[in-house]
Amino acid sequence: MSIETNWKPKIVAFCCNWCSYAGADLAGSSRLDYPAEVKIIRVPCSCRVNPMFILRAFEKGADGVILCGCHPGDCHYSTGNYYARRRMTLLWSLLDFIGVEKGRTRVEWVSAAEGVKFSTTMNEFVEKIYSLGENVRLGDLRCKN
Amino acid sequence: MFKIAREALPALFAKMAEIADLFLPVKNNINTEYARFTPESAVDLETLKTAKSPKDLFFPQSETLYTCHRDGKKLSVVPEKLAEAPFIVFGMRACDIQGVAVLDRVFLSEPQDSFYAARRQNGLLIGMACTEPEESCFCGTFGIDHTAPGGDVDTMLTKTHLYWMPCTEKGQVLTEKLADLLQEAKEDELDKEKEKAKALMEAMPYKDVSVEGWGAAAADKNFDSPLWESLAKPCLACGTCTFVCPTCQCYDIKDYETGHGVKRYRCWDSCMYSDFTMMAHGNNRTTQMQRFRQRFMHKLAYFPANNDGMFSCVGCGRCVEKCPSALNIVKVIKAFGGEQHA
Amino acid sequence: MQELVARLKELLSAGTVDRVLGWKRGDSDWNPEPAFFTSVESLADFVYDGFCGANLSKYMIEATAQEGRTAVLLKPCDTYSFNRLLAEHRVVREKAYVIGVGCRGKLDMGKLRKLGMKGIQHIEGADAFAGDTLTVDTAYGKKTCAYQDALLDRCHVCKGKTHVVYDEVIGASADTTDMDRFAEVERLAAMSPEERFAFFQGELSRCIRCNACRNVCPACSCRKCVFDGDSFDSAQKANVDSFEEKMFHIIRAFHVAGRCTDCGECSRVCPQGIPLHLFNRKLIGDINAFYGEYTAGETAENKNPLVSFTTEDREPGEGRNA
Repeated sequence: MSIETNWKPKIVAFCCNWCSYAGADLAGSSRLDYPAEVKIIRVPCSCRVNPMFILRAFEKGADGVILCGCHPGDCHYSTGNYYARRRMTLLWSLLDFIGVEKGRTRVEWVSAAEGVKFSTTMNEFVEKIYSLGENVRLGDLRCKN
Repeated sequence: MFKIAREALPALFAKMAEIADLFLPVKNNINTEYARFTPESAVDLETLKTAKSPKDLFFPQSETLYTCHRDGKKLSVVPEKLAEAPFIVFGMRACDIQGVAVLDRVFLSEPQDSFYAARRQNGLLIGMACTEPEESCFCGTFGIDHTAPGGDVDTMLTKTHLYWMPCTEKGQVLTEKLADLLQEAKEDELDKEKEKAKALMEAMPYKDVSVEGWGAAAADKNFDSPLWESLAKPCLACGTCTFVCPTCQCYDIKDYETGHGVKRYRCWDSCMYSDFTMMAHGNNRTTQMQRFRQRFMHKLAYFPANNDGMFSCVGCGRCVEKCPSALNIVKVIKAFGGEQHA
Repeated sequence: MQELVARLKELLSAGTVDRVLGWKRGDSDWNPEPAFFTSVESLADFVYDGFCGANLSKYMIEATAQEGRTAVLLKPCDTYSFNRLLAEHRVVREKAYVIGVGCRGKLDMGKLRKLGMKGIQHIEGADAFAGDTLTVDTAYGKKTCAYQDALLDRCHVCKGKTHVVYDEVIGASADTTDMDRFAEVERLAAMSPEERFAFFQGELSRCIRCNACRNVCPACSCRKCVFDGDSFDSAQKANVDSFEEKMFHIIRAFHVAGRCTDCGECSRVCPQGIPLHLFNRKLIGDINAFYGEYTAGETAENKNPLVSFTTEDREPGEGRNA
């Protein structure tokens, strides 16, 4: 796919308050960088992310959406991320079914101690979105111009 | 009157498409719908009724009215351009053309709807007589002659030819432009065909449906009838009947936030929906029975009361075929005694 | 049908039930409508035949909110929906008297039209329990076709003859399965994402947002739907570009995931003939594959996989990231 040279993807990262957001903090204080294309939205728990949040992000112009939460078993609320895991598994599968490119969506478990993982995950994800190019299949045309 | 051999129809369509944008019934993967003609189009003149009526060529399901852009601290408002390009709609049935006449009453009366008016001005209607009516047809109930559609040009398809009769000045002008393709035909060549088509309509189950007793007088008479409650019971409150209808013209105006501005658009609305005509104080029709009653009273009583007796149902029968609960306007008319038995 | 009517009369006159939810004869042979019957006399209009395809379980939300008990006629597939509504506390079991009615597949007028029948005046042979041939009188001559050839698509992947919830069963059922329920989903899954996208674009762009699929769906029983109202951009009615409908259908399919019993009403009512059940079947197939066989509504107690978990669940996107 050809990519305009000045095109920069918009990437939304939903991060849970207790692990992944703290992981992002740690990445910051450890001076590990992650791309400026990533916009973090802090949520109380990965389970708080209604599938509609993700669809809406795509609708309004996101090119990739990543959901980060505590590692399974480590949820601050004990089980929230287990529910999120099932939900996202099915949502990713449904999006794949209607023909949305694989890789535009991702779930990663990042603990508060994993600043490095946060940074590498985001770098990898942004690279992936660059390779996929602009999101045209899930976006709303009216938001483009 | 003119005629053209069936084999020459692609050439006729191509020629018309040169003159203006041409819309005609085209088969897509499942349905037949009005669509822009291209040489690849699977033109389908056999299907009697398109799934949706052609009303959205004049009154689209959704259209932007204006766009507000935000650029830093500057705001700009850009109104949508009115339709300028002439277009032709080919193959409209008598009921659908009468449907446009109903829309005209609404959108062309003062104050005129400029978006609609522009499309009407640029549009040329080519009617096509129905030769094989179907069981859901009841246009005769509203005095519509299915063999005389009443477009700018009327046509009729026989086994061998398409007959072509210009009816208005607009139609005459188009006919002259197509003169090379058309050959003269005698006035009485179609008489037999028309007779046959009329006889077939007489064999349809809804031939005796009558709107006698409806009209302005019914507004008060039928409003409080206990019949509505049971009639409305199976209604699912979906908008199928209103969206496939050639005359339903209610719309809503909404804003869409684009992230850097707002698009204000108009879209079809349905009186079947719970938020139809929602106001600050709430909704003035709180039950499905009231919403259901509104639709039929509008078509059969209020509209004729305000429009010299013109009903805003044209008997196309689309709602009859499509209602998920097998409800329809014919059942309503019949429930109020509207069937004449010979 | 006589047996059925006799029993309904008995139930009404004995006061066992206060009303019956069934079908009323239409003005033609092919358009009976769902109706409530409150008296023995009113049952004169009662009908139960091949055209009674509607799933009546959703009407029970309203019916069981009323005083008294409602007898409802449910076909085997409808009982799954009823169980789901029980599980979600949308219907009251004590106020329902479920009569499981036999079913040998229901008919689709669209199929008859596709067979070239038009100008239909009478249809014979649509009896609920017997007869293999439909005789159709049309203005263009008498036509016949096999009952089997006019079945609704969903009946070709029938759930079987078993009523999963009932107070009594009247009439025999036949399993009409002759197709693989997941064949179409698998066919699509084998395509490239580009082809799949083109397929759904083609199908969904026909959507007119009439909400018939939502309103008929027994799983779509929220009191206030996210698509009704102004607070959400993709609210009902709007149909502005290709994305709008997609959003609506993805959200709807996902919202009924794990609750959809695959009753097929969405595809039956779609005025534009969109195969909406494909989304539901895709999710049902996934749930079965990922979390073990599960049939929504098989019992009123079985747990929706989306509100449960195991610690060993697969990761999202597993096996699909390149």
